[in-house]
Amino acid sequence: MKHRLLTGLLMASSILGSAGIALAQDTTLTIESWRNDDLAIWQEKLIPAFEAKNPGIKVVFAPTAPTEYNAALNAKLDAGSAGDLITCRPFDASLELFKKGQLADLTSLAGMENFSDVAKSAWQTDDGKASFCVPMASVIHGFIYNKEAFDKLGITPPATEEEFFAALDKIKADGTYIPMAMGTKDLWEAATMGYQNIGPNYWKGEEGRLALIKGEQKLTDADWVAPYTTLAKWKPYLGDGFEAQSYPDSQNLFTLGRAAIFPAGSWEISVFNTQAQFKMGAFPPPVQKAGDTCYISDHNDIGIGLNAKSKNADAAKTFLTWVASPDFATIYANALPGFFSLNSAAVKMEDPLAQEFVSWREKCKPTIRSTYQVLSRGTPNLENETWVKSANVINGTETPEAAAAELQKGLDSWYKPAK
Amino acid sequence: MSEQSLEHSQDKRPTRWHIAVFLAPALLVYTAVMILPLFGTLQLSLFRSVDNVQVFTGFDNFRTLFGDPRWSASFWNALGNNTWFFIIHMLVQNPIGILLAALLSSPKLRFSAFYRTAIFIPTILSFVIVGFAWKLILSPLWGVAPNLLDLVGLKSLFVPWLGKEEYALTALSLISVWQFVGIPMMLIYAAMLSIPDEVIEAAECDGVTGFSQFWKIKLPLILPSIGIISILTFVGNFNAFDLIYSAQGALAGPNYATDILGTFLYRTFFGFQLQTGDPNMGATIASMMFFIILTGVCVYLFLIQTRLRRYQF
Repeated sequence: MKHRLLTGLLMASSILGSAGIALAQDTTLTIESWRNDDLAIWQEKLIPAFEAKNPGIKVVFAPTAPTEYNAALNAKLDAGSAGDLITCRPFDASLELFKKGQLADLTSLAGMENFSDVAKSAWQTDDGKASFCVPMASVIHGFIYNKEAFDKLGITPPATEEEFFAALDKIKADGTYIPMAMGTKDLWEAATMGYQNIGPNYWKGEEGRLALIKGEQKLTDADWVAPYTTLAKWKPYLGDGFEAQSYPDSQNLFTLGRAAIFPAGSWEISVFNTQAQFKMGAFPPPVQKAGDTCYISDHNDIGIGLNAKSKNADAAKTFLTWVASPDFATIYANALPGFFSLNSAAVKMEDPLAQEFVSWREKCKPTIRSTYQVLSRGTPNLENETWVKSANVINGTETPEAAAAELQKGLDSWYKPAK
Repeated sequence: MSEQSLEHSQDKRPTRWHIAVFLAPALLVYTAVMILPLFGTLQLSLFRSVDNVQVFTGFDNFRTLFGDPRWSASFWNALGNNTWFFIIHMLVQNPIGILLAALLSSPKLRFSAFYRTAIFIPTILSFVIVGFAWKLILSPLWGVAPNLLDLVGLKSLFVPWLGKEEYALTALSLISVWQFVGIPMMLIYAAMLSIPDEVIEAAECDGVTGFSQFWKIKLPLILPSIGIISILTFVGNFNAFDLIYSAQGALAGPNYATDILGTFLYRTFFGFQLQTGDPNMGATIASMMFFIILTGVCVYLFLIQTRLRRYQF
């Protein structure tokens, strides 16, 4: 009898035991991301901080290469093999996923109240009623410069365009440094670090951007062509063979101390801090005339959302609420100087370069990249076309007017602004 | 009587099941991984996604591809670039391959096994490595190309080839030639080895030696192999994608100068950056690629191969 009971117990435990293990087993959340540069920060700082507070939930950060992310993510979502948490590109790319029912509605998620409407705007439906990603960070455009080079040549950070080109001339005449580290091979450098960087000063930030969406302004208007005219003037200041210079080439040129100015996005800060052996400073895109209001591109760049088909939705929501907390914002903004928190709570940052960038928020009017909202919904895609055209303009193979006319023609072919 | 014999022969020949049984594994695998996806692609190109529902639209996608000025401009640009890519391979890769094979099969050459291996090695390298290595070699900043040219005093000839619209595609074609020249070389080499010595000896007796021997005896004998190589090059080139993608990215810059059908298909099907993918238009392009290759292969099979003379020994 006793023997049989024992057998029974053993049998039962072998079946129930495995069930018990399954119950007690940690929930594992997988994060899809394009930020493979951040792998170490997630693994060493963010994930341990979360796991310490939430025993029983394990988080795996699984990034893909940036240029392949969108395609890979779409394929995985369609196939049902995507991770529980999805890092969201801003605007339409994510909106599309939400409309297809692949991202869950997070409007009522605890913690969403920590973000302003502007911060949430990149991950909302057009009417602003539903939010589907927790805003994580924005990036600011500007120019990073080699402080030692500037000191040696007696140049101060230029505030106006005239001063900017005077500084470039001076660096070029001296000959020690390549005036500006930028290439056109990867195309997006020309568009993102060039056009979207200096552009807001011409089209007056949000004013021009919204007018373009409403159809009140056109890309062929003087305010939209002028940035191209200025970009075309950059050509003589770029290094030899800039046509075949890729983005990593530009980064290396600058961090090796061979170039004086780097047209940048604030995301470079963490990379440059570890690689450059010299002191760096930053200045916002120069205005046309002294005293003009300055505008900066403070672009909502990263959010994080929930895969609607996730089997661990509750654990994932716990994680997202934590992402929305000031705790996360502080760790993230300091671990990744250059990715500025969108959280309403003020975050204290240690990095001087990051402080410099973020200080422009006070004196300049922020806007986001002009091509991201609504205007890149159709084919031809305005953002991708802008890459190609900006590179053409800097290469000198197309005039600013011709490039702008082509872009507007492409936009007109599918975009009919609501009148 | 004839009926009788027919019946008789039918009796004698039972259904030969073993043929079907032996064919089945290959046929099933081929059907599952090649034929079904092919028809799936063709089917996808006849549909369009409206509110996430696939709707049958007949040939509308093809009409868009050829009728819409932007789509057709991209398509013809890609096709033109692809044709140039193919022409470079035919004019450079295959003649060099034949030349190398002729040199290698010469009995007087020493270390021929070494050369054979060395020339063939790039073929087995990954595209990613080839693309990256050549990008570095040709880099105006860190590359060895500008320095080497400088050594011989020709620095002025250096151009950032991969970044110039007028040179980028030719440069990439030549990189691809460098990578694949081993394949025509090997095939021709094998064909040359199979030429019987008696034929060569007879030619020598008749005083046909050296270059005229190659021209009059060997070349006609290896023509069928050259035909096969041409068609392999054609199919390979019109399916090409990897090298352009790894060296120039999906936008195939500068200004779409290196865009070939493969990269155009990739961009359309999977999307790129803010552009979301359009599987239906992508499938339409893929179908066009299939038809182009099919036409090319048919032309070869029915017009050229039937006219090639074969010699048997």
